[in-house]
Amino acid sequence: MNAREGLYVRKIKNGTVIDHIPAGRALTVLRILGISGKEGLRVAIVMNVESSRLGLKDIVKIEGKYLNEEDVNKISLIAPLATVNVIKDYEVVKKFKVKPPKIVEGIIRCPNPTCISRKSREPIKPKFRLVSTNPIKLQCIYCGSIISENEIVEQLTSLR
Amino acid sequence: MISILDFTRDDLEKLFEETDNMRKRLDEGNVPKILSNSIIALAFFEPSTRTRMSFETAAKRLGANTISFTSEEAISVSKGESFADTIRMLDGYSDLIIVRHKYEGAALFAAEIAKAPVINAGDGKQHHPTQAMLDLYTIRYLKGTVDDLVIGVLGDLKYGRAAASFLLGLTHFRPRRIYLISPQELKLRPEIKELLMERGLNIKELNSLVDVLPELDILYVTRIQKERFPDLREYEKVKGSYRISSKLLFSLAKKDLKILHPLPRVDEISYDVDSTSFAAYFTQARLGVPLRMALLKLILLGGES
Repeated sequence: MNAREGLYVRKIKNGTVIDHIPAGRALTVLRILGISGKEGLRVAIVMNVESSRLGLKDIVKIEGKYLNEEDVNKISLIAPLATVNVIKDYEVVKKFKVKPPKIVEGIIRCPNPTCISRKSREPIKPKFRLVSTNPIKLQCIYCGSIISENEIVEQLTSLR
Repeated sequence: MISILDFTRDDLEKLFEETDNMRKRLDEGNVPKILSNSIIALAFFEPSTRTRMSFETAAKRLGANTISFTSEEAISVSKGESFADTIRMLDGYSDLIIVRHKYEGAALFAAEIAKAPVINAGDGKQHHPTQAMLDLYTIRYLKGTVDDLVIGVLGDLKYGRAAASFLLGLTHFRPRRIYLISPQELKLRPEIKELLMERGLNIKELNSLVDVLPELDILYVTRIQKERFPDLREYEKVKGSYRISSKLLFSLAKKDLKILHPLPRVDEISYDVDSTSFAAYFTQARLGVPLRMALLKLILLGGES
């Protein structure tokens, strides 16, 4: 964590820090994690700060919540270089890079309008399997449609 | 069972042996009513003639009872019931559910919901595994094997689920070469093409049938639908060049070429082909009954006889 960032947000005592998010995508990261602000968690969002690796980056700090690794891996779809720091008593006790999950359930819509997962009023969640990682490619388990990294990013970062 | 890829070659060989057995029983007029305790639900949310009736005939030959509806209009789906609720209801009534639906993935979704086994009888433009089994069985029946043959697949390869499932089914075997013959607009979808190549099929795409017709052992024809073309003039042009007549066959094809078609045909194969030795599509349709009998038996009773 660079020194300048300290100017904006102080260290958290317990919780999760997600670093190296591409600039401008912090809010999307929170949306993917299902954090809306209504949970009462103290959340700090830092956007467009300097990064040696990314040029500019975003950072998200969530106080008092440890994220399940499986859940947090979902953000790799829009933040493939993100690192996750688990903080206990101001110390980083665990640090890992996100990696794309083998199965992605619920957050992305199948692009095929006649996929059963798009049928209205059905108790069904879209579900994709990871078929390639660089670039990321997902395949709908129901209809077989392939969705590319660009489409995924576009879908997740556009306001709905 | 959702896709032909859910099966292995051994599974298919076993199914084909059982189909031989059923065929023999049918010829002898001696079919044991081994499914007399079973009720089979035919859930056809989309119209079908051959697939539905051959499943129904197969079920009845083996003594099973069937419950059915034939299109969404006829049932409470038109009153707003969800697909999931309809499947749950049928699951409560029957021992096996056969589903056809215009949405891709419907059969897989049904299988996730139901406790009873589900057979995919066609989901949108995706899979039609029992048609593929029938196509492969018909080739084995006519030629003794599926391996080492040169096979042409002609028509709408982009939207036609029968052609796509047939091609996926061929990946369980070792045909010598596959020619994919279609107009530019209706070429096989890239994800299916990649899958075929990954699974080792030797495929070649082309627009014209006449160049390869002399090489073919099997020609699999599918319907080219008018509504797929934005410009009707294009359709008229394409239609003519893919039409198969007895004259064309007698002048270019091998004597023992066999033509398959999942049916219904419109005018892609002239009626004058029907009486030639090339025509195998009615044989193919007829074999649908013993094949589906074998399948129902294997699913409901397992391998025991």
